Amino acid sequence: MIKKIFVLLTMVGLFAVLYPLISHFEYSENLSELASKYVTGSVEDLKSQNVVTSVIVTYRGLDTLGEVTVLFLATAGIGFLLGKRKGKKRKSSELLQTTSSFLMGLIILFGVYIFTHGHLTPGGGFQGGVIIATAFLLLILTDVNMKINHTILQVVEAFSGAFYVGIGIVGLVLMIGFLNPEIIPLGKFGYLFSAGAIPIIYSLVGLKVGAELTNILDTMRGE
Amino acid sequence: MISTIIIVGLGIIMIIAGLVAIHLKNLLAAIITTGVISLFASVIYLILGSPDVAMTEATIGSGLTTIIFLYALNRVRKENDND
Amino acid sequence: MIFALILGFVLLLIGIYGMLSQRNLIKIVIGFSIADTGVHIIIVAVGYLRNRTAPILDSAVSIKDAVNQVVDPIPSALVLTAIVIGLAVTALMLSFVVELVKKGNSLSIDKYQELKW
Repeated sequence: MIKKIFVLLTMVGLFAVLYPLISHFEYSENLSELASKYVTGSVEDLKSQNVVTSVIVTYRGLDTLGEVTVLFLATAGIGFLLGKRKGKKRKSSELLQTTSSFLMGLIILFGVYIFTHGHLTPGGGFQGGVIIATAFLLLILTDVNMKINHTILQVVEAFSGAFYVGIGIVGLVLMIGFLNPEIIPLGKFGYLFSAGAIPIIYSLVGLKVGAELTNILDTMRGE
Repeated sequence: MISTIIIVGLGIIMIIAGLVAIHLKNLLAAIITTGVISLFASVIYLILGSPDVAMTEATIGSGLTTIIFLYALNRVRKENDND
Repeated sequence: MIFALILGFVLLLIGIYGMLSQRNLIKIVIGFSIADTGVHIIIVAVGYLRNRTAPILDSAVSIKDAVNQVVDPIPSALVLTAIVIGLAVTALMLSFVVELVKKGNSLSIDKYQELKW
């Protein structure tokens, strides 16, 4: 009983704290100064069509590096907690296996398309990486005995992380700033080979996220 | 105008789904209902002008999170059966 | 968009209520997941501006006047990374749940009293 009263009191308190967020809400008509600088800078300085991508990869690049590190730490924690266990062997349908191995290549190709076009269309490294992880999910769902080689996943993850930091250090050596995409010529606005190093960095992020999420899925599966 | 109607309609469904997910006794049904909330949230992000977030929410929120919940439920049930 | 803001607010409260009132470990993680979605909707709704389009500067937006035609890109970038981290945190919480059940053989949080005062 006393627990229910405490829960109720907490809910009332949270409502009172958050209510001004709604009652004092005002429509703004213009972008803030920082946001308009990002929008104009994305066209003039970076030649990238997708402003969200330029914010993630360049203006807030250090945050993204930290975020990828947090993802790695969570993956390591899950691998530490849930070790491998042996399960019963079961045969799966041949029709399912043939279809899924045919679809897998197409899904991976779609993921690669999403993260290489991250600076032109909606999408990018995180979404493309998740799509690649779903291709492997299809494989381990249809074939119960499928074993995913964790060494290859770790090598892909380690190399993409190291290259990501390496691109940042190249910017430091050339004295234009950490993770600055102008280490490569910027190119023409709106083309695939544009925006300097942004497509390369986002592709590395995509590979890293894809390898990490595949690792999480395979560890959670057990068996 | 039409976007307001869509947001209000989807919002009512999402709030009902949230209450149902909290109170259902059946864990499998509760997990699927949580996936439905994420799927409708991705439509709302699209209306609010952020297609990048909509893509991420549709793949991660309603896809991978549901699968990871189901795998965890499967392992928990196996542990309870063994002992 | 005030309705989206209210929706996110209500989902946040539902999620926190679920986390506090439910006794089942998986239900607590479900409550966390709902509260997470609510916070993301609040942040995106704060960055929305009326009668504007997505911050992607293709043929739908004139590049010279882009500042007056697109919504705020910063909340989108923040929420995008927050969703990916949310998945990793949820997976970590679920692996803790699996490990607890392995040791204690129960899904009810009342059975785990080692740290209770």
